[in-house]
Amino acid sequence: MARMKFLLDAERCIECNACVTACKNEHEVPWGINRRRVVTINDGKPGERSISMACMHCTDAPCAAVCPVSCFYTTADAVVLHDKDLCIGCGYCFYACPFGAPQYPRLGNFGGRGKMDKCTYCAGGPQADNTEAEYIQYGSNRLAEGKLPLCAEMCSTKALLAGDGEVIAQIYRERVQKRGYGSGAWGWRTAYRETVAI
Amino acid sequence: MRALLLALALLVAAPVAGHAQTTPLVSGTPTSPTPMVPPVADELEVMKALQGGRIAGRITIPDQRAANLIQPAGRAWRDFHNVTLAWVGGIAVLGMLAILVAFRLSKGRIPIEGGPSGRTIQRFNLLERTNHWMVASCFIILALSGLNLTFGRHILLPLVGPEAFTLISQWGKYAHNFLAFPFTLGLVLMLLLWVKDNIPNGRDVAWFKAGGGLIGNAHPDSERFNGGQKAIFWITILGGGAVAVTGYMLVFPFMFTDIAGMQLSHMIHSIVSVLMIAVMLAHIYIGSIGMEGASVAMTTGQVDLNWAKQHHSLWVEQELAKGRGADAPAAAKAAGAD
Repeated sequence: MARMKFLLDAERCIECNACVTACKNEHEVPWGINRRRVVTINDGKPGERSISMACMHCTDAPCAAVCPVSCFYTTADAVVLHDKDLCIGCGYCFYACPFGAPQYPRLGNFGGRGKMDKCTYCAGGPQADNTEAEYIQYGSNRLAEGKLPLCAEMCSTKALLAGDGEVIAQIYRERVQKRGYGSGAWGWRTAYRETVAI
Repeated sequence: MRALLLALALLVAAPVAGHAQTTPLVSGTPTSPTPMVPPVADELEVMKALQGGRIAGRITIPDQRAANLIQPAGRAWRDFHNVTLAWVGGIAVLGMLAILVAFRLSKGRIPIEGGPSGRTIQRFNLLERTNHWMVASCFIILALSGLNLTFGRHILLPLVGPEAFTLISQWGKYAHNFLAFPFTLGLVLMLLLWVKDNIPNGRDVAWFKAGGGLIGNAHPDSERFNGGQKAIFWITILGGGAVAVTGYMLVFPFMFTDIAGMQLSHMIHSIVSVLMIAVMLAHIYIGSIGMEGASVAMTTGQVDLNWAKQHHSLWVEQELAKGRGADAPAAAKAAGAD
C-alpha cells in the first residue's frame, strides 16, 4: 500500500487559497471550520513564503496518542482518521497537534466544542464508503473512488502535492534539482520525522 | 555601488545555480541579492523545536489561531500527558492507597482513648457541614471524571467497549465542566468559615514533631484544628484555587490565553489535581474508617467529648469556657437501656 502524504512546495505557492475553497466546497465544511488554510510567513519581507497546511497524517500521530477516548485510527494508506461518534470534543488533539489541524464546530464555553473535524485526506471516515451518512459526517470519499485529495488536484501551480510519499518526494526532488533551490518540505520533519533529501 | 551589488549577487547566486546538482545546500531565494537567513523548512522546524517556539505567519481567515503553522510544543505536551502525568498520577494515587492499607494493617483503627463518653459537643454547624459536603461531592465527581480522561482508555475502555466509554466520558466531561462552579463557590465559603482557625502557629510545629497522634501515640495539645488539619485546609484552598483558575482557562478555551497557555493550564491543572486526589484519599481515610469517632463530626456535627479532648484539648477548654457545654443529648439513654 501507498504511504499517503502531503507536500507543499513553497516556491510555487501563490497564496490563491484555491485549495482552501476546494476543500470547503467538496466536503461542505461548515462555516468557521477550515480543514486547510494558507499561512504566509515573512509577509512583506524578503523570504516571504506561503504554505498551505492541513492535517499532515503524521507517522505516530500525536492526536491519536493523546485522545482520551481513542477515537483515531490509521488506514492502510497511512491516512489518520477519527470516529466522530466516539469523539467527546475535549480539545486535547488540538493541544497536541503541531499543525493546528483539529477544528471544532463551536469554540463554546463549558466544553461545548462539538465533535472534532479535520482533513480526512478526502478519505471519509469509518462509515461505509460514499454513503450519505459518511458524507454528512466527514465529507466526500475521493480516495475510495481512486482519486487524490481535491486540494492538491485543484492546485493551479501544483505547489501542493498529494499522493504516495515516495512519488511526491521524487517530483519535488526533481524540481529542486532543476531550478536549483527549494525551501524544503514544510512539516515533514515534524510529521514524518524525515526530510526530502535532495 | 551598483556594480558592486551586482558582483555580490552573482557571487552568491552563481555557486548555488552551478552546484545545485551536487551540493545538498539548496535553499534560500536567489532573487535576493544580499545573503539572508533562508526559510528552509526542516531547519526552521528544528530551530523552533529547540527554542520551544512556533512558526507563525499571516492568515486571511477569521480564525487567527490558524496563523500558527507549526507548534512543536505540542510534542512536549503529548509527552507530559502520556508519560509524566500518567506516572505521577499513577504513583500518587496508587502509592497513597498502598500507604493507607499498610497503615491500617499495622496500626489498626485509632480508638477513642477511654472509649466514648456518651456526651457530645458541637464541632461543626449545619452551614459548615453542608458546605463541606458540597465541596466533597463535587471533588469526588471531578476527580473521577478527571482521572477517566487520563486513565480511562487504559482501564475502563477495554471493559465497557468504545460506545459505552464515550457515553461515560461525555457525561463525565459535562459534569466536570459544570461542577467546577459549586466546587469553587464551596472553596470560597470554606476559606471564609475556617481561615481564622487555620492560621499556622508554633503549636503546629510541636504537633508535627510529635507525629500528630497518628504516627506517634502522644496527643499534642491542639486548638480547633491541629497541624494536619491545617495542612489539609491549605492544600484544599491553595491547590483547589490553582486547579480552579487553570480549570476556568480550560473551560473557556482560548478566551484568556493562546495555545501555549492552554497547554500550561492543562499541565498545572492535572498535576495539582492528581496530587490533591492523593492527599484527599488520606483525608477520607482518617475521617471515616481510620479513626473512631471522627466521621460524626461531619455528619451530625456532634463529636464525643472524649474524642474531642483527645484530639483537640485546647478547643474543648475554650468551648466549655464559653459555656457551650457538652450536654448529653435529650434522647440519650443510659448504657444498656435499649
